Amino acid sequence: MSDETGIPKTTTSRRRFLGAGLALGGAAIAGKARASEGEAAILEKKDWNQYLGDGVDARPYGHPSEFEKSVVRRNVAWLTADPVSSVNFTPLHDLDGIITPNGLCFERHHAGIAEVDPAEHRLMINGLVDKQIVFTMADIMRFPRENRVYFLECAANSGMEWRGAQLNGCQFTHGMIHNVMYTGVPLKLLLEEAGVKTNARWIMPEGADASAMTRSVPLEKAMEDCLVAFKMNGEALRPEQGYPLRLVVPGWEGNMWVKWLRRLEVGDEPWHHREETSKYTDLLENGKARRFTWEMDAKSVITNPSPQAPLLHKKGQTVITGVAWSGRGTIDRVDVSIDGGRNWMPARIDGPSLDKSIHRFYLDFDWDGSPLLLQSRAMDSTGYVQPTKNQLRAERGTNSIYHNNGIQTWHVKANGEVENVEVS
Amino acid sequence: MSKYLKSAFVALSVLAVATPAMAGKFDLGREATAAEVSAWDIDIRPDGQGLPEGKGTVAQGEEIYAEKCASCHGDFGEGIDRWPVLAGGRDSLKSDRPVKTIGSYWPYLSTVFDYVNRAMPFGEAQSLEPDEVYAITAYLLNLNDIVDADFELSKQNFVETRLPNEANFIADVRPDTPVIAKGAEPCMKDCKPDAVKITGTARVLDVTPDEARKQSGSLD
Repeated sequence: MSDETGIPKTTTSRRRFLGAGLALGGAAIAGKARASEGEAAILEKKDWNQYLGDGVDARPYGHPSEFEKSVVRRNVAWLTADPVSSVNFTPLHDLDGIITPNGLCFERHHAGIAEVDPAEHRLMINGLVDKQIVFTMADIMRFPRENRVYFLECAANSGMEWRGAQLNGCQFTHGMIHNVMYTGVPLKLLLEEAGVKTNARWIMPEGADASAMTRSVPLEKAMEDCLVAFKMNGEALRPEQGYPLRLVVPGWEGNMWVKWLRRLEVGDEPWHHREETSKYTDLLENGKARRFTWEMDAKSVITNPSPQAPLLHKKGQTVITGVAWSGRGTIDRVDVSIDGGRNWMPARIDGPSLDKSIHRFYLDFDWDGSPLLLQSRAMDSTGYVQPTKNQLRAERGTNSIYHNNGIQTWHVKANGEVENVEVS
Repeated sequence: MSKYLKSAFVALSVLAVATPAMAGKFDLGREATAAEVSAWDIDIRPDGQGLPEGKGTVAQGEEIYAEKCASCHGDFGEGIDRWPVLAGGRDSLKSDRPVKTIGSYWPYLSTVFDYVNRAMPFGEAQSLEPDEVYAITAYLLNLNDIVDADFELSKQNFVETRLPNEANFIADVRPDTPVIAKGAEPCMKDCKPDAVKITGTARVLDVTPDEARKQSGSLD
């Protein structure tokens, strides 16, 4: 197919032509006619077999195939009052391996996405330091750097499930997590550059957005492994992830990873600000609330099959896969159950096993086509075993919102449809 | 140690002692000016550290609140749509539906001042004068029946004004579920006595966004 000049057009103009439906209709008829001979996918010449595609100047910043356009972050509108102070979810069921692509990392912001000009961005360190200090981005780029892969999980991930199964899809039940490689400067080096006074015990990171997010972080953690990051997966942080600078607090709840980081105050007491009192405290059944619950406990979920990724192929060889992580170390093992947690089989962890990073597991499984109650159970390098939801409820009740790391159950029906369920 | 190294060592030690304020090993960044620090250093702590001079009454706060806060939070702090509820909820924390407000849940008044001052009004952050923040904070105390209608909040009486739920915050005691010996095998066989039954399904509540349901509903 070509235009009247006889020169094949680029795919852009060809797509417009195909949009008229003529070529598509023709292909369908031809496919039907040849069904006895074999598949149209083989017998028919496809456009991409014959015609030229886009040149190298067509996509200066690449994007996924148009056939992957359903692979996007999604929100749950009823969860919050306004999308400017809200959350969306990583499509875990569409991903594999351990790294989350930058454009799919879930977003949580409290005053929208701040669009910060890096030339106008400063990082100040003040408070209990020898020298109250200001860094430009150029200054920060001159400190020694590190590369580390860490998961970031919102403490409210799975928080809608405390009272029972609620959302159908691991994107919604478990999608407030992402896992990327950060490039950044150890926070320790920046604090040492200012000179931390001997009575300092806490730091308070603050964001430059209109929520001016603050949290209290113990100095010990700040000096141990926190990073001030400017890259994710090799490229600059995305605006929605805090461009040009964010705090990385490995293994600890995502709210502490302050985005658009502009200030670090050093102090001798915690600040007890809104996000560590009114929010991100865990209300128990007796009316008491735990505070400063920073670590994210070991957790796992089967991403395929799951409600958004049904088992369409009927019985036979089946790949069960999922992700596991722990804020206290690496994942030593993941077990999978097909009978709702009565009996377990060890899964195979494949890919890097990194400290405080997502791990990928597989169970290669011959499905007999009967209904399944699928579960995964992670165990981390401290010996912590992912609890059942009922074990968590027995300890904490159902009002705590945060830190729900209980075992997830998917009911795979005989027709391959999958539903989020609670089990005995 | 060679003579050269020894003298270099002495020189370095002298340097370290002589210039403690220039602690930086990399000599990067510059000293912040006093005006720069005070422009950004707005945080308030429960012990009152950071509070600006100022004061405001419940009546003044009511007026400002009606103009700048009530459209989201409601005239009486009851919350419009899903915007935060600011008042009420006392004695609800042990119920099935706890209402976590300034009066029922927040431990410290400094958190209210700090948050209103840094992040409110929503979409017009850091536009309030200190006296306005004192006044709004006083009004929120009154909405929560913690102070009378004639109350005036100021830097001077701030720290003595306490919130009722302060004592109910406790330390993290996790892990609060089983930890086994590293490398040990968790239960693998007959871990539950009977065949497992489904006790609840997401479909009952049916709150999954439509787009996702369409995606997964193609099998019906």
